Amino acid sequence: MNNRSPQTGQRGIFSGVDIGSSRTKVAILNGEKKLIGYSVRRSGTNFSETAEICMDESLKMANARREDVVHCVSTGYGRTNVAFSSMTKTEIGCHAKGCFHYFPIAMTIIDIGGQDNKIIKVDSKGKRINFKMNRKCAAGTGAFLEEMSMRLNIPLEDMDSLARQSQEMVVLGSYCTVFSGTEVLEKIRQGKKVPDIVHGLFYSVIKRVMEMDSLTDTVAMTGGVVAHNPYLITMMRKIVDSEIVTPEHPQLTGAVGAALFAMDL
Amino acid sequence: MADHFLEMDEAVKTGSRKIAWCTSVGPAEILRGMGFLVYFPENHGAMLGATRMATELIPHANALGYSPDICSYLTADVGSFIQKKTPLTMAYQIESVPKPDVLVFNTNQCRDVQDWFSWYSRELKAPLLGVHTHRDIGDIGDLQIKDIAGQIEELIPPLEEISGEKFDMDRFKETVEYSRRTSELWKACLEAAAAIPSPWTFFDTTILMGPAVVARGTKEAVDYYETLLAELEERIDEGVAAVEGEEFRLYWEGMPIWGKLRPLSEQFSSLKTCVVASTYCNSWIFDQLDPAKPFESMAQAYTELFIVRDEPYKEQYIKDCFDTFKFDGILFHDAKTCPNNSNNRYGMPERLSKNLGIPVLTINGDLNDLRCYSEEQAKTNIEAFIEQLEER
Repeated sequence: MNNRSPQTGQRGIFSGVDIGSSRTKVAILNGEKKLIGYSVRRSGTNFSETAEICMDESLKMANARREDVVHCVSTGYGRTNVAFSSMTKTEIGCHAKGCFHYFPIAMTIIDIGGQDNKIIKVDSKGKRINFKMNRKCAAGTGAFLEEMSMRLNIPLEDMDSLARQSQEMVVLGSYCTVFSGTEVLEKIRQGKKVPDIVHGLFYSVIKRVMEMDSLTDTVAMTGGVVAHNPYLITMMRKIVDSEIVTPEHPQLTGAVGAALFAMDL
Repeated sequence: MADHFLEMDEAVKTGSRKIAWCTSVGPAEILRGMGFLVYFPENHGAMLGATRMATELIPHANALGYSPDICSYLTADVGSFIQKKTPLTMAYQIESVPKPDVLVFNTNQCRDVQDWFSWYSRELKAPLLGVHTHRDIGDIGDLQIKDIAGQIEELIPPLEEISGEKFDMDRFKETVEYSRRTSELWKACLEAAAAIPSPWTFFDTTILMGPAVVARGTKEAVDYYETLLAELEERIDEGVAAVEGEEFRLYWEGMPIWGKLRPLSEQFSSLKTCVVASTYCNSWIFDQLDPAKPFESMAQAYTELFIVRDEPYKEQYIKDCFDTFKFDGILFHDAKTCPNNSNNRYGMPERLSKNLGIPVLTINGDLNDLRCYSEEQAKTNIEAFIEQLEER
C-alpha cells in the first residue's frame, strides 16, 4: 500500500464515495484505517455535484485537503459519476469489505438500502461466498418505508419511535408495496393504531429480507434503513437465533469499504 | 435466413407451396419431408425481442386477455400480428408473416405453444395439429417413445389432405438425415467453445443458431454449419479469443434476454469474461435422429430434450457441461414469463453451486418483455459476480 499523497508526498488519507439511489455517503480513512471524516446527503439528481459536496464536508471534518487524498474508490448506483475516483467497485463488494473491517469473522451481511436489499455471505477470510439482491420490486427496501410514511402522513424520522410504542403489531400480508399501501388504509379504517401499523411495516421489511436467503454465522446489519430505524435490529434479534452485530455507522459501511479498497491500490 | 423468409413470402403470393407453422422443437422433419415450407413463430418471437419491438407489442395481446405473465414470445407475436408490425419488413421488406395452411405444435417445451398456435388457428381459420409430450421425465422408456412416434405418424393423413400430396418416405428420410447432420455440426460448433480461450461466445451462438432452428432438414443448413465449424476450428488453431484476455468462463442457464444481447455481450467482454456455453443453444442438438428409424428417432430427439426432463437429469446435464466447458460460474436467467426455461426456481442453483464448488448468480429478466428487466440491477449483479470470482 502506498499511503503517500501523490501531490504532497506526505502521509495521506483515503476516501470512499458511495452514491446510492437515496443517499450519497463519503468516508475518509487515515493510514491506520480509522474513520476521520464522513458526510451523508440526499443523492438528488446531480450525483457528481452531491459527491463533490460530500467530499468537501468529509475533508473538513477530517481537517484535511483534497491533495491529501491518496486514492478514492467510488461505489453504488452512481459510482461512475465521481470525477475524482481512481476506481469503481460494486456496492456488494464494498459492503463486504467494510463489514469485514469491523467484524473480521464469517458472517451474513444484510444491507437494507433505499432501493435494494442485499444479502452477502463472507467467509472467515473476508472473501465473498455468495450474494443476492432483491428482485426488481421495492418490497422491503427503504423505498417501501418512505412510501408508507407518506401514506400514513408521518415523518420518516418518526417511524422508529412509533414502532417502539406498539402494543399489538398489525400483521400485513401483502408482498407488493402498492398493495401494502391499500392494506394499510384498510387497517386505518378498521381503527388500528398507527404505532401498531408501523410495527407491522417494520416486520414486513424483515420478512422480505429473510425470504431472500438463509442466514448463516453471525448476522451483520448495515445500510441507511437500519441506521435510521435501529428498532429493526431489535426486532431481528427476537426473530433469529444468530448473533446480530452492526457497525457504529451502518449507513457508511459501503463508503468505508470503498475507502479500504482505495488503500489497496 | 433471407432466403428462408423470401421463399415463403413468394410461395404465399404465388400459391406455389403450402406453408406449415411449426414449434421450434416440433416435428419439422415430417413437414419438410411432405413438401411444406416451414415457418417457426418462435423464431419470429426472438426477432421481435432482438429488435426490441416486443415490449411495445406485448400490451396489445395483454389487452386481449393474454396475461403479461405468460410466454412473451406468444404475447409479442400476437401483438405483432394485431398491429401488423413485423421485423421481417425492416430486414427483408416482407409485409407480413406467411399465412399458414396448417399449424403443428409439440408441447415438449410448454403448454404456451399450444395456446399460441390455437389463437392463430382461430384467427386465421387454419387447421391445428399437435404432439402432446410427456413432461418432467427422468428415464425415457418405450412408453414415451412409442407414444410420441405414434403421434407423429398420426399427423400424416391430415397433412396429406392439407398438402394434397402423398407422404413420401424417401423424402422424409432424406430430411431426417439432413437434420441429423445439421445437429451434429451444430453440436461440434458449440463444443468449439470448450477451447481455452473460446473462439466464440454465447451471444454469438444465439444469433448463429438461426439456421439450426429454421433450416434444419435442408442441405443449406448443413453447408452453413460446415463453413462455420471450419472457421471456428481455424480460430482455435490461431488462438483467436472471442473475449480478448479471457479470464473467466461462465455458463448461461435459461433464455437469452433478446433485447439486451449487445449490452450484455459488451459488459462481459469488458470484464474479460466469456459466456462459453448455454442450455438454450444446446437445445437444438438432435443427433439422435436416424433415417433408418425416422419416427422413433424423432420421438427420441424431441423427448430427450433438456426442457422435457426432470430436475436430476437437468442437474447432471449441467454437470456434464461443466466437465466439457470448464466454466468458473453459472448465471441463471430467471425469465419472468418463461417458467419452463427458468431452472433456478426449485433450488438448482444452490445444489449445483454446492456440488460443483463454483458460485452461481441469478438475474431477473425476461426473454422479450423488457418491462421485467432492470438493466442497472443486472449490470451490478454481474459486475459483483465477477468481482467475487476475482477474489477466489
